[in-house]
Amino acid sequence: MTPMLREMQEISYFPGCSLATSAKENNQSLKEVCAHIGFNLVDLQDWNCCGSSSAHSINSELAFHLACRNLSLAPAGRPLLVACPSCSTRLRMAQHRLHTVPEAREAYELRWGRPVDPDLKIIHFFELIQSRGPFGRQPVDALNGLKFAPYYGCMLAQPPALRYERSYHGLMEKMLGAFGAQAVSWPYPARCCGTFLSVARPEVVSPMIDTIMRGALEAGAECLVTACAMCHLNLEIRCNLKNRLPTFHFSELLAIAYRTPIQKSWFAKHLVDPMPLLKERRLVA
Amino acid sequence: MTTTHKRFCQAVVERCGENFQRCLHCLSCASGCPVVAAMTYRPNGVIRLVQYGFSQEVLESPDIWLCVGCNTCTIACPMAIDIPVLMDALREIALENRAKINETGILNFHKEVLDSIQRYGRTHKLEIMMRYKVRQRDLFSDMDLGLKMMAKRKLDLLPSRIADTKSVSKLFKEFKG
Repeated sequence: MTPMLREMQEISYFPGCSLATSAKENNQSLKEVCAHIGFNLVDLQDWNCCGSSSAHSINSELAFHLACRNLSLAPAGRPLLVACPSCSTRLRMAQHRLHTVPEAREAYELRWGRPVDPDLKIIHFFELIQSRGPFGRQPVDALNGLKFAPYYGCMLAQPPALRYERSYHGLMEKMLGAFGAQAVSWPYPARCCGTFLSVARPEVVSPMIDTIMRGALEAGAECLVTACAMCHLNLEIRCNLKNRLPTFHFSELLAIAYRTPIQKSWFAKHLVDPMPLLKERRLVA
Repeated sequence: MTTTHKRFCQAVVERCGENFQRCLHCLSCASGCPVVAAMTYRPNGVIRLVQYGFSQEVLESPDIWLCVGCNTCTIACPMAIDIPVLMDALREIALENRAKINETGILNFHKEVLDSIQRYGRTHKLEIMMRYKVRQRDLFSDMDLGLKMMAKRKLDLLPSRIADTKSVSKLFKEFKG
């Protein structure tokens, strides 16, 4: 349901490979929430992979140019929403280089046939949420006391070049708290999930994930909430503990909180079934 | 310290654009690093080896491949050294100098991801996983997981492909060493 009075604002949208494929439930719930708070997401025409961890790991020039192609596709006058924290860092780092290195700017203009847009704002989902705030006539009991461990992963840890960018520490607690959920205090909100090592070195990642999961359990959480689809996947596939908490994408819980149309298919995609918890807390019918 | 040693250190500084000579060896990076348990030298140890010019030890170390660039070390570093950028540069130098890579699995994974981007402009996870498994000659680990993810439709059978694959493959031709 979109708000009646507010005019919809158009925003360019870069979903990234994870949200477009393995985390469709993240993508769909995020779009629902954005529509509800007054943003119309327009997919960036013909976007390509940001280069992911692999490009900057072994070929930083390639990583830069892959990110630049996406920036060159962004229409003027609209901010660019990047759903994935990792894609967001890649695109922001490329933009930072374009803004600070004149040779990089020249090469970009020559290659993509358009000037660097000095006003292009790359924003994260969190920024949109923050701009609207949790306030207004929202049901404060919408999340019915759900106890969650806010898990930001490494999205809060920005490289030094981006150290003056905004940090979103505390936003999940504030937003979900406003709807009646309860954040637990726990030791690992910013602990790295192990990301791509999950493929080649699962035995390194599993202890990391187990530590995170145990931390959430010991703090009394009923679930974890992630800001990143990669973290979400690793929490679901690499946990070796018997007792595993379900993990939600932040956007899924916001969709429940705002009472936008919820699709059960989102939760059916989870590998650790969150339905028993949602039913117990009477958050779904 | 010999000139070769100095030269290696200087080459790394120039390559990554990061002056890690500021490092105080306070161990803040190592104590926060999530993968430190799997490392041989730890992040500050890698910096020390570069400073002393132990190029072979550094370039052959698993540490430079285990770093996932999560930036936990960087925000803990009192000298604000961008350690992941240093690790990126060391991997590139290792590949250029055909150093012996002791983490071939991680390298093969990166290669498969880049090949996928080259082919489609985006990553096709199912194909990346299958080709990676073949390359590693390890077809059976994670088989259950793969099937579970397929059943949950988390792995698309067909790739999502961009229209303008030409401009992306041109980038690969120019920059893929």
